[in-house]
Amino acid sequence: MKPAPFRYAAPASLEEALALKAEHGDEAKFLAGGQSLVPAMNFRLAQPAVLIDLNGLDALAYVKAEGGTVRIGAMTRYHTLQRDKTIGSKVALMAEALPEVAHPAIRNRGTLGGNLSHADPASELPAVVLALGGTLHARSKKGARAITAKDFFVGVLTTALANDELLAEIELPVFPPRSGTCFLEVARRKGDYAMMGVACAVTLDAGGACSDVHLAYCNAGETPVAAPKAAQALKGQRLDDKTARDAAEMAKGEIRPFGNVHASVDYQRHLAGVLTRRALIAAYGRARA
Amino acid sequence: MSTRSFGQPIKRNEDARLLQGKALFVDDVELPRLLHAAFVRSPHAHARIRGIDTSAAKKRAGVVAVYTAADLGDYWKPGPLLLPPPPIEGVVFNERTQVPLVKDKVRHAGEPVVLVIAEDRYIAEDAAGDVVVDYEALPAVVDLEKARDAKTGFVHDDLKTNVAAHVRQTKGDYAKAVAGAACVIKRRFLYDRGTSLPIETRGVVAQWDGKADRLTVWDTTQAPVFIRNGLAAMLNLSERQVRVIAPFIGGGFGPKIMMFYPEEVLLPWAAMKLDRPIKWIEDRFEHFFATTHERGQLHDAEIALSKDGRIIGVKDVFLHDTGAYDPYGLTVPINSQCTLLGPYIVPNYDSTFTALFTNKPIVTPYRGAGRQHGVFVMERLLDIAARELKMDRAEIRRINFIPPDAFPYDNQIIYQDFAPLVYDSGNYQPILDKALKAIGYKQFLEEQPALRAAGKHQGIGLVCYVEGTGIGPYEGAKVQVQGSGKVSLATGIGTQGQGHYTSFAQIVADQVGVAVTDVDVVTGDTDQFYWGAGTFASRGAVVAGNAVNDAAKVVRQKILRTAAEHFECAEEDLALSNGAVSVVGVPGKTVKLGVLADEANPMRGAVKPGTEPGLEATSYFGPEMGATAAGIHAMIVEVDPETCTLEIKKYVVVHDCGTVINPLILAGQIHGGVAQGVGNAFYEQLVFDDRGQLLNASLADYLIPTALDVPRMTLDHTVTPSPLNPLGIKGAGEAGAIPVGPLFAQAIEDALGLPGQGVELNEIPLSPSRLWELAGALAKIDTSATRVR
Amino acid sequence: MSHKVSLTVNGTAHTREVEARLLLSDFLRHDLGLTGTHVGCEHGVCGACTILLDGVPVRSCLMFAAQINGKSITTVEGLSADGKLSPLQEAFRDAHGLQCGYCTPGILTTMTAFLAETPKPSEGDIREALSGNLCRCTGYQNIVDAVKLAAERMSAKP
Repeated sequence: MKPAPFRYAAPASLEEALALKAEHGDEAKFLAGGQSLVPAMNFRLAQPAVLIDLNGLDALAYVKAEGGTVRIGAMTRYHTLQRDKTIGSKVALMAEALPEVAHPAIRNRGTLGGNLSHADPASELPAVVLALGGTLHARSKKGARAITAKDFFVGVLTTALANDELLAEIELPVFPPRSGTCFLEVARRKGDYAMMGVACAVTLDAGGACSDVHLAYCNAGETPVAAPKAAQALKGQRLDDKTARDAAEMAKGEIRPFGNVHASVDYQRHLAGVLTRRALIAAYGRARA
Repeated sequence: MSTRSFGQPIKRNEDARLLQGKALFVDDVELPRLLHAAFVRSPHAHARIRGIDTSAAKKRAGVVAVYTAADLGDYWKPGPLLLPPPPIEGVVFNERTQVPLVKDKVRHAGEPVVLVIAEDRYIAEDAAGDVVVDYEALPAVVDLEKARDAKTGFVHDDLKTNVAAHVRQTKGDYAKAVAGAACVIKRRFLYDRGTSLPIETRGVVAQWDGKADRLTVWDTTQAPVFIRNGLAAMLNLSERQVRVIAPFIGGGFGPKIMMFYPEEVLLPWAAMKLDRPIKWIEDRFEHFFATTHERGQLHDAEIALSKDGRIIGVKDVFLHDTGAYDPYGLTVPINSQCTLLGPYIVPNYDSTFTALFTNKPIVTPYRGAGRQHGVFVMERLLDIAARELKMDRAEIRRINFIPPDAFPYDNQIIYQDFAPLVYDSGNYQPILDKALKAIGYKQFLEEQPALRAAGKHQGIGLVCYVEGTGIGPYEGAKVQVQGSGKVSLATGIGTQGQGHYTSFAQIVADQVGVAVTDVDVVTGDTDQFYWGAGTFASRGAVVAGNAVNDAAKVVRQKILRTAAEHFECAEEDLALSNGAVSVVGVPGKTVKLGVLADEANPMRGAVKPGTEPGLEATSYFGPEMGATAAGIHAMIVEVDPETCTLEIKKYVVVHDCGTVINPLILAGQIHGGVAQGVGNAFYEQLVFDDRGQLLNASLADYLIPTALDVPRMTLDHTVTPSPLNPLGIKGAGEAGAIPVGPLFAQAIEDALGLPGQGVELNEIPLSPSRLWELAGALAKIDTSATRVR
Repeated sequence: MSHKVSLTVNGTAHTREVEARLLLSDFLRHDLGLTGTHVGCEHGVCGACTILLDGVPVRSCLMFAAQINGKSITTVEGLSADGKLSPLQEAFRDAHGLQCGYCTPGILTTMTAFLAETPKPSEGDIREALSGNLCRCTGYQNIVDAVKLAAERMSAKP
């Protein structure tokens, strides 16, 4: 299990990295934390001709709160995010999901940008960013563009990034007061990809009814999958066991899991129902707190 | 004698090296001009090879050699049959053993086809990718019943059947006895495949030294002596020309005793041919195919009981998946057949198995070695019987125990070591009493309804097992007092973490009066000790341990004799302690062992006729048969009925492995066994599709339990010494792993109240997904064969 | 094409030319001869190859040697000094926290960093921190106890 040969480049600036990517296109891969890419290379499932190492680009590692948003540099490592006070206070959904991502030694290397660009539908953070309605800022030699999370994830391990683009920054909205979030998953072992996971956010109006609900799932289809109908149906409703169950039933119909050696499709769907109900109730409780 | 160390929780001698990264493992061997090997392995489970093109690989810079089966010439031959079938009347056995490189037909995915040798492993893998093999894919034999019934498309065409073996063993007359039964229960049980997965994969380094005319092989084997003898024979060398070293081994668990793996055959041959040392380290992906598996069996079993719950008889017909070849003979299915009987009186037994070739990697013993399956079937049958007869689960077990005065107890069938299955000693009721108390059985059953009412789905399980351990043939040991005053001990077995450097040192230390840390133990180097069988079947401590004891006793006598001459006194007046011999009651009259060792090897002068130099002795021990250990595991588990995930609240092991050498090491063996049992019960499964492709060949998908999955265990033990060896030891290596499957099934059933809904858990491994499917499949269990009069 | 890397391992400076694809685990083991770092899976799951990179545990099988220019690495060989075991190593010996010892180096590096950050861990904390390192021999119980023992001894001795 040794990687195939490749050319290694460690650019000193973002511009240099983007120039290299523009030059090599699909032949080249960015190396962020490497916690998904390097295993794939060791199995020779990935054989990039050129590897552009981003680990020297400290300017891409930051967390900034600005107005109603939090901006995260793509090279920010999970470990940093987990300990970041801004993330803890303003992006609680991500803070709750981070401990479920792999194990400490992996989180010490893995980066948010690398994770999202890898676009593994079983991964936790794509679902979190989708539930949060994040905006992904891409950079290329030609310029910059913003892609909504909804449009960013295109398929299994496939994003909307062009072959000269780099995901440079992740912009996440901060939910208004009377909001609560919850991330729940069921994995075979702690740290494994979830058999099913749900990222949920609930905002209440002054009367205590849902004004805004977001639901997104990991391992529920070819991309992180949202359940907009279930979320929409809850608007104007109070969350109780009955409404949560009804929403969970709807969400089960919206996801498209395909099963694997660990979980049948039916079981995945069943889990989505259970987790949706539990997450909604928990998020609702937090919104009221 | 100084304070006795036998039986004490002595810290391990080997730890300081291991903890500092200073211990030598096979992949740590570096040699000048070392080459590296990689294999081209078949992507198909069943395929004919039409052609192999190695030209591109040979042209790649850094590639030294590329070999196919054709290049091996006369050296190409199927591996040896390690164990012939036991002498059981009517046994059918078709011997088909693995080949070094596939010549004509691939029989399992991952079977080696081409050997590539290059300047480094990276280049070797590049070149393996250059090789083009033209395969004609064939339908794969995967399912056991289909394998049995197949009329064409056999794994081994010439056999015209997939049957590898057929064995029936009987005791009493089940067919007759069942007529008088008040309760007969019949079920189907499935126990699926897993793998041992040591954290160190296999590896071989071979070095031919033309000047010394010697071959040295570092090998992650559990049986270095047999590897030496086999290699010598294959390579037309004498045994003295071959040295096999099994250095520190990163876990074995059974599969590292398989002989000969293709890599073990090929690397020494190629090293001689190229006159350069070669290293092959199995990578984790290869490990899933190239190292043997275990477990796949399908049982149709029946138990007959009297109205009061006494076992009248058991009938079992099962299929055993032996994989593509059967080099290990019948060890695994015979173990299943024999171990099923457990600690119980089973007056009538009728057991038949059919071992089948399939297009899957080879099956050989892995920790438990088939015992799991037997225990699973018996314990599940008793659980169901208890329900049908409205008896308590512990009680139905208790009343069927073999009583303590019935030992030695003859089960009237033949065991894996070809000897009759006779239990040497045992006393099961105290084990049960301790286990029930430790788990809080009565109290839990009283509290369970309240827990359930509070929405807590907790259940309890309790399973019993025996384990045949410490089988022959023999092991040996050489004990030698060094001029330094330290004592060396060499034995032929390999060690893979069992603490032999310490437990054997304890035995020696007590006999010759030195500190445990002053006993330098060497295992697994054929230049240090010439004879031996290997580390398997929970036999290291029993068989080698007793040989060590015997050799140490002889050395003690030699020390006393030499010291008596030294002091010109009687041996009875001498005492050994602290590395010296003293004349009792005469202060100052003390001589260090090192001085005596030198005196026993004089440089000049005359010695008495018949004198053997040195303070050393070599002894061998061979038990007449295996020693039977026993135990009970109990567990309380909480199940989330919606997600079907588990939390183990309490786990108890009460175990009897006779006399204990080192309780610290014993506890470790039990803990580790339970962890593997937990994996086997709820996490680990090799999933094959109908083309024989393994779908989860990575550590991300083959799930071995982590620190969050293995519960804290409470251990206790009873001691019923074995009468078969002077130390009274029974083996303990596999005990932890054996009964965990039925324990999970029973406790989970209890937690979810499944039997009340007509659902039984009669398969292993379980998983949340599978549990949810089974629990949802209400009333699908066929209970038509159950009758209660 | 090779890359020049200069780094410090266990306090010793090294400069080497490495091929781009050389895994850090292979570099440490075979180029520097520090074979205490073990390789168990080469896909980042087992944890045996875990080393401390600027004090932080990372999988050395998921990094390339070319990436470590200017870095400081601690391997298991660097945890003890002059043959004197660290308190954690000592506790592993006392609590029988290892059997075959193959996974042990990765566990020691991981838990060394863990104890530095969490001097008074609960059993749950320890198991969580340990869950990224697979051990096939011990069933983890004695490892957990060893870490606990080390934490107690280290906090008793300021």
